Amino acid sequence: MSVPAPHTRIDLVRVAEMVEPGARVLDVGCGDGALLRLLVDTREADGRGIELSQQGVNDCVAKGLSVVQGDADTDLADYPDDAFDYVILSQTLQATRQPRVVLQHMLRIGGRAIVSFPNFGHWRVRAKLAFKGRMPVTENLSHAWYDTPNIHFCTIRDFVALTNDLDAHIETSAALDSFGHPLQVNFPWWAWNLLGEQAVFLLRRKA
Amino acid sequence: MGGPGPNLIGSTLEADAPSGLSVRFGADRPLPMDAGVNFSPVTIAYQTYGSLNAAKSNAFLICHALSGDQHVANVNPVTGKNGWWETMVGHGKPIDTDRFFVICANVIGGCMGSTGPASTNPSTGRPYGLDMPVVTIADMVRAQAMLLDHLGIETLFCVTGGSMGGMQVLQWAASYPERVFSALPIATAAKHSAQNIAFHEVGRQAIMADPDWRGGRYLSEGVSPGKGLAVARMAAHITYLSESALQRRFGRKLHNRAELTFSFQADFQIESYLRHQGSIFVERFDPNSYLFMTRAMDYFDLAADYGGVLAHAFKNAKTRFCVVSFTSDWLFPTSDSRAIVHALNAGGASVSFVEIETDRGHDAFLLDVQDLFKTTRGFIDSAARARGLPGPRG
Repeated sequence: MSVPAPHTRIDLVRVAEMVEPGARVLDVGCGDGALLRLLVDTREADGRGIELSQQGVNDCVAKGLSVVQGDADTDLADYPDDAFDYVILSQTLQATRQPRVVLQHMLRIGGRAIVSFPNFGHWRVRAKLAFKGRMPVTENLSHAWYDTPNIHFCTIRDFVALTNDLDAHIETSAALDSFGHPLQVNFPWWAWNLLGEQAVFLLRRKA
Repeated sequence: MGGPGPNLIGSTLEADAPSGLSVRFGADRPLPMDAGVNFSPVTIAYQTYGSLNAAKSNAFLICHALSGDQHVANVNPVTGKNGWWETMVGHGKPIDTDRFFVICANVIGGCMGSTGPASTNPSTGRPYGLDMPVVTIADMVRAQAMLLDHLGIETLFCVTGGSMGGMQVLQWAASYPERVFSALPIATAAKHSAQNIAFHEVGRQAIMADPDWRGGRYLSEGVSPGKGLAVARMAAHITYLSESALQRRFGRKLHNRAELTFSFQADFQIESYLRHQGSIFVERFDPNSYLFMTRAMDYFDLAADYGGVLAHAFKNAKTRFCVVSFTSDWLFPTSDSRAIVHALNAGGASVSFVEIETDRGHDAFLLDVQDLFKTTRGFIDSAARARGLPGPRG
């Protein structure tokens, strides 16, 4: 296994580190294939992807990645149970129409699900809303409210509540600061929720 | 058509005497056909490019389409034109003949040297005509498997083809999953649609309505239903293009004239273009063979052989797939490809799916479409790495 290239996005590295070497991985919303490439190169994963944008798909396939055009909201239903070891949703949860259904499918298709998302509970987001009275536009959440693809924001605490609701076990979790570095693991949830700019969860389906 | 008699025109010159490679299987090696007969003797005419490596792991099978043949990347002996897929196959091309041993066989039922309706029936000394059993896509693939056995090739590195060729690719992956390392079906479907059967029926009726068809015995009787075949080709040719490409290229432009002639001559460029397409096709294709090819496509319904569930055709497939469609292809629309992809996903197969943006219609797979080269190259090169084959220029 090789070391990731130095310019690799740190949140992708965090996600990749959660994957056991040689695993079968489905990356839902794989974009230009950066994470898939990382998984194939550093974790020797059998990686597949689904991507909504046809240009993204064509670019991935031209790079030799195994990717199909598809929509997380509609196409996960076509995958059989336990087809993968991990199903990953990287920075895409907030753009799905039915996040809860998508997560259910992920836990059905893979024994484990890895989800990373921007934390709407971060203090900077809260401050924008509390003091300016405007929908937050930050470096991480750069769209105005009227043209954002992100229609289902949540906070870290919201997400934890949903995993309980889905009866999923949180195997690992990390909140990342604005530089992508993980916060102290012994911080309480409320501190993560305030200081984490994004979060990464490794979920396991309870038997 | 003037010139030599129908028996000597290009469309049947190759039927009994292919100019390229061929192998003949006798009564001891009959071809089991879906029509319920063990057919023999069977000749398979084929071409190869590049060389087979010592491990025999670099064989690349190309399956041709309805009007195609085995002359993929060499000058065609009948038309004198370049091979039909020289854009994709050759030195440094996506299907790189420096690295792969490329094989293409004329399908059974064809007219370029593999046994078909224009071939001589040894028991009568006359062309088979309609005495040839109806051929299916699975029959074509079985015949190709016999050829591979003859060549000593156990596993194909890749099998590819567009349209009817893509149907053969799917059939290969379903019938011989252990012999197919990777599969690249292009602009195709797992079953022929009602609309496509309808167009084919129009073509067949045009041929059979030609008085010179003579119940399929035209070769023995020294005539040829060329007019019927030309009409069939004209109708089919429209389905290979897109409305917008036709409009862009022809619009309402007049053909070598300043104004309408108030007659039924080819006033419009599109008319003269279609007439030309019809007439050149007649010079190279056997009318009965056209009936057989269209029938094979109509009968194709891969799921039907697997309890009606397409996913069962690809259950536990180890083959790596890349499915390709074109946005403006209305003969084999993207929804057909998507159905294949869904079935492959449900079967847990490794699959990529690319829809390529182009206005050139179904024929885009034969044309100079850069996105097709880029994505197929990516898929083939990554499959080659997985197969332990050398990379480009490697």
